[in-house]
Amino acid sequence: MSSQSEVRFTDFKSDKQPTWCPGCGDFGTMNGMMKALANTGNDPDNTFLVAGIGCSGKIGTYMHSYAIHGVHGRALPVATGVKMARPDIEVMAAGGDGDGYSIGAGHFVHATRRNVDMTYVVMDNRIYGLTKGQASPTSRSDFETSTTPEGSQQPPVNPLALALASGATFIAQSFASDAIRHAEIIEEAIEHDGFGFVNVFSPCVTFNDVDTYDYFRDSLVDLKEEDHDRHDYEAAKGVILDTDKEYQGVMYQNENSIPYHEQHGVTENMAEIPDGAPENATDLVREFY
Amino acid sequence: MTEDLNWAIGGEAGDGIDSTGKIFAQALSRAGRHVFTSKDFASRIRGGYTAYKIRTSTDRVQSVVDRLDILVALTQRTIDENLDELHEGSAVIYDGERSWDAEIPDEITAVDVPLKSLAEEAGGAIMLNVVALGAACELTGFDVAYLDEALEKRFGGKGSKIVDNNKDAARKGRDYVQENYDLDLGYALETTDEDYVLLNGDEAIGMGALAAGCRFYAGYPITPATNVMEYLIGRIEQYGGHVVQAEDELSAINMALGAARGGARSMTATSGPGIDLMAETFGLVATSETPLVIVDVMRSGPSTGMPTKQEQGDLNMTLYGGHGEIPRFVVAPTTIDECFWKTVEAFNYAEKYQTPVYVVADLALAVTEQTFTPETFDMDAVEIDRGNLLEDDQVAEWLDDQGRFRAHAATEDGISPRAIPGMTDGAHMSTGLEHDELGRRTEDTEVRVEQVDKRNRKVETAKAEEAWDYREFGDEDADDLVVSWGSNEGALREAVALLEDDDVPVRVISVPYIFPRPDLSEEFEAADDVIVVECNATGQFADVLEHDTLQRVKRINKYTGVRFKADELAEEITAKLKEEVPAQ
Ligand SMILES: Cc1ncc(C[n+]2csc(CCOP(=O)(O)OP(=O)(O)O)c2C)c(N)n1
Ligand code: SF4
Repeated sequence: MSSQSEVRFTDFKSDKQPTWCPGCGDFGTMNGMMKALANTGNDPDNTFLVAGIGCSGKIGTYMHSYAIHGVHGRALPVATGVKMARPDIEVMAAGGDGDGYSIGAGHFVHATRRNVDMTYVVMDNRIYGLTKGQASPTSRSDFETSTTPEGSQQPPVNPLALALASGATFIAQSFASDAIRHAEIIEEAIEHDGFGFVNVFSPCVTFNDVDTYDYFRDSLVDLKEEDHDRHDYEAAKGVILDTDKEYQGVMYQNENSIPYHEQHGVTENMAEIPDGAPENATDLVREFY
Repeated sequence: MTEDLNWAIGGEAGDGIDSTGKIFAQALSRAGRHVFTSKDFASRIRGGYTAYKIRTSTDRVQSVVDRLDILVALTQRTIDENLDELHEGSAVIYDGERSWDAEIPDEITAVDVPLKSLAEEAGGAIMLNVVALGAACELTGFDVAYLDEALEKRFGGKGSKIVDNNKDAARKGRDYVQENYDLDLGYALETTDEDYVLLNGDEAIGMGALAAGCRFYAGYPITPATNVMEYLIGRIEQYGGHVVQAEDELSAINMALGAARGGARSMTATSGPGIDLMAETFGLVATSETPLVIVDVMRSGPSTGMPTKQEQGDLNMTLYGGHGEIPRFVVAPTTIDECFWKTVEAFNYAEKYQTPVYVVADLALAVTEQTFTPETFDMDAVEIDRGNLLEDDQVAEWLDDQGRFRAHAATEDGISPRAIPGMTDGAHMSTGLEHDELGRRTEDTEVRVEQVDKRNRKVETAKAEEAWDYREFGDEDADDLVVSWGSNEGALREAVALLEDDDVPVRVISVPYIFPRPDLSEEFEAADDVIVVECNATGQFADVLEHDTLQRVKRINKYTGVRFKADELAEEITAKLKEEVPAQ
C-alpha cells in the first residue's frame, strides 16, 4: 500500500457540502473511494469519475476530479468512452442500484463483458432514494414501498451473479460503514487490470428500514476470514449464488484478465490530433479509385 | 448514339446484385466515365427484389432518370419492375437456360446468354453475374479489360485464381454475345484519361471524420447509417482511434460523449429510431458543453417506417428534438462530396462552440455512389480548429480565487475554456443539471439565467462568425425561386436544365445549413414565387422558412420513399408555378 503517496485523500474532496441525509451510507462509500484513489497513487487531475443519477450519483459533486454527472443509467457507457479515449486516465463509475441494475442493466452486462479497465462502484441501498422510496431491483420481494404496497413479490436481482454470468473478471462486495475494509476492497478493484466491480451496501436511513446498518453489521460474513479462494471460479459461484448469507470481500478475480484497451490495441491518447488531415490521409481517397 | 447510358442489374436479395453493380461502376469510373448509382429496393411488389442502377456519362451525372438502356435481369420480376423504364433501344440480358421463361416485350432486344453454364465453364456458377457484365460490355462497346481492375479489387483478397476465373468469365460473356448476336444498339461507351474516385455518402462522412481527426466512434447498426461504422472500422485504427459497436444507441451516444470529455474528437451515427433513443443524452451533451458530432442518416419514418427508403423527415427532430431548450448546430450536406466537407466542418463547430452538432444526411445520399475527381477531397485543405482547448499552462488563467477551474465561465462570446483530463488544476465536474461556472449544480435563479444565456450566446457568436451560406444555380435573374435541402440538389440541377429548354427559368437555392441557417428574407422578397422542395409530407423546411421570412411558399413534397427524379421535378415545378399564389 502506498500510504506514503503525496496525494492525500482529502485532495479528492470538493468544497461542496454533501446534501445526503445525515447517516446515509453514501458518505462512507465516498470516503472509501477517495482513500482508495489516493492510496493507489492517483490524483484529481488524472482521475475521471462518472456518476449516475440518484442520491448516489451526487457523489460527483462532492468529490474533486475530472467528472461527469450524466443521465440516469448511462454511467458505464460514458466511462467506457472516457477510458477508450484516455487509457492513461484512471476511470471510476459510481451510481445506485436503480441506476445500475434497472435502467442501466443492459450497459452493466456489456461493460462487464468488455472488461473495460475501470472501477464500478454501486451504492446499493436496495431502494430508490432520490425519488423517495420506491422499490429497486435489489429490494427484497416482500419489501413494502410506495410502489409495492404489498411487496414486489418478485425476486431481487443478484448483481454479483449477473456480473459473473457476463464474464466479470473482478467481483466484490463491501459495506460502507466498515471503513477500512471498504477502502481496501475498492483499492483492489482499482488495481485490478480490467473491470473492477464492487457492490457496496450503502444503507438509506430514510427509506429503507430493513437493510439497515444493524442488519448488515449482524449478518455480514467477511470472505477474508473464510477460506475463500477468489481465483477459484467454482468457489466464487458458490458464495455468489448463496442467497442465505450476505458476504463482504472479493468473491472473484480472474488472474488472466486482459483489459479491453490492451486486447484491442487502444493505447493512444486520442486527444492528440494534428492541425490538419493526417499525413497519409490522401490514401483514404486513393482507396476509392 | 446515347452519351448517357443507364444500366441496371436486378434479382433477388442475396444474388450478389450490389457487388456486381459496384464492379461495373468501378470499371466505368476507372475508364474515366462519370457514374451515378442508385439502389432500388422495390416497394410495388413485396419481397426480396433488389436492383443496382448505374447512370454513366462522360459529363458529370448527379441524379437518376426514368430510363433504362441495358438491364441484366436475373429474375422475371426484375423485368416487370422496370418495364416502364425500358424503351425501344433497350436490351435485356437474361439466362434462357434457367428455369423461367422470360417475358420480354417485343420491341426490346432480348439477349439470351447462358450465364450459368458459361460461369461453370469459367470455374463456378457463382460467377454468372460477371458473365453478364462481360455481355453488357459487348452490348455497350465497352472494353472488357476495364473490368479487370475492378475484379482484382473485389476478389484480390481471395487469391489470383479467383481473380483470373472472374476475368475469364467476363470474357466468356463478351464472346458469347459477339459470336451469337449481330446487334448494333448504338452504344459506344467513350473512355477518357480521367481517374475518378467512386464513393457514397456514408463513406464520405466516414472519410471526413478521419480527415478531421475523429478518433472515437461508437454506433449501433441501423440502415442506412451502418456503412459509416463499417467504413471506420479497420481504418480509424491506423490513426490510433477505435470503433465500438455499442449495445444500443443510448450506449453509443454516451460512449461518444465520454470519449469527447476525454478530449478525443468523437462521433456517432444513426438513423431516425436511433436519434429518438439518443435524444435524452443529446440534451446532456449540450448542457455539459461537450463537443460531439452526431450523424443522422434519415430514412422513412416514423417508427421503423420504411427502413430502406428515402425521406427527409427528421428535420424537426434534429432541429427541435429533446426536452427543454437545447442550443445545437444542424448541418445537412446536399451532395456526396459535401458529406465529406460538412463532416469536417461539424467537428470544428463542435469544438469551437463546445456543442453537439448534427450532420443530417438522407438515404439517397448515403447509399448512392458518385464519381468525383480525387481533388474534390483535397486533404491539404482540411483545417482543424480545436477552439478553446487549453494548453497545460493556460489552465491557471481560468481558476477562481480558490483555485477552482471555471469550466463553464460565462464569457462574452459564450465560449468557455476547455480543460481535459490530465491537465493540472483543470479538474472539474460537468453535469446535465443546471450548474454554475464551476459545473456545480444550482437552482439559483440568476445563475440559471446566466448559464442559459451563456449557452445560447455561443449560437449568436457562431451566427456572426461563420459563413452559413448556400449554393445557388439556375437562372439568377429568374422571377421564381426554388429552395431545397439534402440530396434533392442533384436532381434539381438537371431539372433546371430541362426547365430552361422549356423556357421556364428558375433560380435555385440549395441550403446545407439547417441551424444556424442563412437568412433568405431578401431572396424571398425578390421572388414572385418560392417553391420549397423536400422529401417529406408536411414540408418541415418550408415551415421553417415561412417562419423566418414571414412569407408563404409553395411546396413540392414527395414521400413515396423514392427520391426525386429530374424530369418529374421539372414537371412539378412547372405545374406549381401555374398555381395561384397562396395568400400572404
Ligand atoms: C430517464 C429517467 N427516468 C427517471 C428518472 C428519475 N430518477 C432519478 S433517480 C432515480 C432512482 C435512483 O435510484 P438509485 O439508482 O437506487 O439511487 P439512490 O437514489 O437510491 O442512490 C430515478 C428513477 C430520471 N432522472 N431519468
Ligand atoms: S434518501 Fe436515502 S440514499 Fe438518499 S441521501 Fe437520504 S439516506 Fe441517502
